[in-house]
Amino acid sequence: MFYRENGQFKTSYAADQAIFPILLDRIAIMAILLVAFLVVPLVATQYVYTGILIPFLILALATIGLNLLTGYCGQVSLGTGAFMAVGAYAAYNLVLRLPGMNLLVAFALAGGISALVGVLFGLPSLRIKGFYLAVATLAAQFFIDWVFIRIKWFTNYATNATAPELLLFGLPLDSAMRRYLVTLAIVVVMALIAKNLVRGATGRAWMAVRDMDIAAEIIGIRLLRTKLIAFAVSSFYCGVAGALWGFMHLGAWEPLTFDVNRSFQVLFMVIIGGVGSILGSFLGAAFIFAVPILINQVPAALGVPISTALSSHLEAMIFGAMIIFFLIVEPHGFARLWQLGKEKLRLWPLPH
Amino acid sequence: MTDKPRISEEVLLKVDSISLSFGGVRALSDVSFDIRKGEIRAIIGPNGAGKSSMLNCINGFYHPQEGRITYKGRERQRMLPYEAARQSIARTFQNIALFKGMSTLDNIMTGRLLKMRRGLFWQALRVGPAAREEIEHRAKVEEIIEFLQIQAVRKMPVGRLPYGLQKRVELGRALAAEPDLLLLDEPMAGMNVEEKEDMCRFILDVNEQFGTTIALIEHDMGVVMDLSDRVVVLEYGRKIADGTPDEVRADQRVIDAYLGVQRVE
Repeated sequence: MFYRENGQFKTSYAADQAIFPILLDRIAIMAILLVAFLVVPLVATQYVYTGILIPFLILALATIGLNLLTGYCGQVSLGTGAFMAVGAYAAYNLVLRLPGMNLLVAFALAGGISALVGVLFGLPSLRIKGFYLAVATLAAQFFIDWVFIRIKWFTNYATNATAPELLLFGLPLDSAMRRYLVTLAIVVVMALIAKNLVRGATGRAWMAVRDMDIAAEIIGIRLLRTKLIAFAVSSFYCGVAGALWGFMHLGAWEPLTFDVNRSFQVLFMVIIGGVGSILGSFLGAAFIFAVPILINQVPAALGVPISTALSSHLEAMIFGAMIIFFLIVEPHGFARLWQLGKEKLRLWPLPH
Repeated sequence: MTDKPRISEEVLLKVDSISLSFGGVRALSDVSFDIRKGEIRAIIGPNGAGKSSMLNCINGFYHPQEGRITYKGRERQRMLPYEAARQSIARTFQNIALFKGMSTLDNIMTGRLLKMRRGLFWQALRVGPAAREEIEHRAKVEEIIEFLQIQAVRKMPVGRLPYGLQKRVELGRALAAEPDLLLLDEPMAGMNVEEKEDMCRFILDVNEQFGTTIALIEHDMGVVMDLSDRVVVLEYGRKIADGTPDEVRADQRVIDAYLGVQRVE
């Protein structure tokens, strides 16, 4: 009733192509950003930062990364964990071997290295598609797992990689709140960039390749180049997410942190959130993150505490059911449900 | 329709004794014809005559084993479809090849991809030149949307549009590239009379207003005879006639091909 675009007339193409063309969306986004940057630091506890917000933001970033590749360019990948690992270990080695490097520069370079690896494993995408490409990226996952377990140089001859003391422009990131704010800023900027890419020429080329590659070629899109750009950008995002996961969330990690389970987790976030939607990436990450917490907290709050074993079984069952539900009923996930809701709201309460 | 002053004698594309076969199947044998700048050239023939194969050779999908194709005065070597697009050849497909998940607007915008110059970094920031470029192209696309009268479905995903409109959007995407040569593969297949009339009007307008050279495949003889300046007729991969609609209509071999030959025992 209140949320509608009726009466919001655009008089220029610039206004029509704005990132949030609807006034209420703009207000909502500003409100969310204000809460995230100003209100949360006032009220959040240590647990909220380290247990919920920081990992949620980082996984949302990885989900955006995979969504660019799978949702927009149509190239299924099961190598997300591997590209995150490359980012994490690249940032680790950069900081370790080039002391004094600015943390943001290290993250950006780690993303860049991850992008190069992504391009390398994206090369087969010229010849193979769909299921077979997924298997090829799975091979990348296992290969990179092996590299970080077996080649000790990458982990500096230790089992665990440990992030150094984090300094950003001389400011120590020693509290969870500071790490949260840095992570939030990085994720917000990168989400904005992703949104710009997908609504520009690059995004249209990706979607063209996804929807019909033959027709894409006919209008002058070079398939391999377009797919490799998608692999590069996607892996960049995953690499930065991996570096953040290591540095901002865990502090110390072993190669198994980024194993194939991580890849599947991010893929589920894409499917449940919405294939081909930046908003959906956040929704999917939030959902997969919220369910285990709710299963732990809600029964206890209701006075029927359940065992951890039961709660983890429940978690697996709910995820499984949700994924099947979304694949059958709504392949475009929460984002699509949100969009349908908006379309209904346009006419509510007087549908014609 | 035969002597329009806009048609020059200049040859835009010349096909010279093209032969194409898939394994043992000969799709085209020794076909030659030319397309003059500014004309509407129809390619007709019964099913399986090799018409679509001919278009596929012209825009680089297939590579004929023999023969030469000269485009804009330059003989071309093996060419890939995206290279043909770069040389200003656009086409539509017999069974619509739109990007189903994208809106009408975005579909037509993809037609302008080759004209967009700003790189990834500018697009990522979407400020200054990149934002201006996006709006310039939007304005061009809106002209096409207005020309094809599809303003109402601008923001709709094309997968939800009715067939006739999808055909129009596909034409729009081809036009967005501002092609010198436009290849239309059965632009009116499966349409009712009214939709056909609309489409004919669009094709004639494109030809007249933008001076675009058009090569089209069509089965509806009435349409072909009304629209085209010259017609080439294929049968079993061979050219059996070439000329103005009137000449072709009177050609005995064409009549035989379409109506069958009565065998006298």
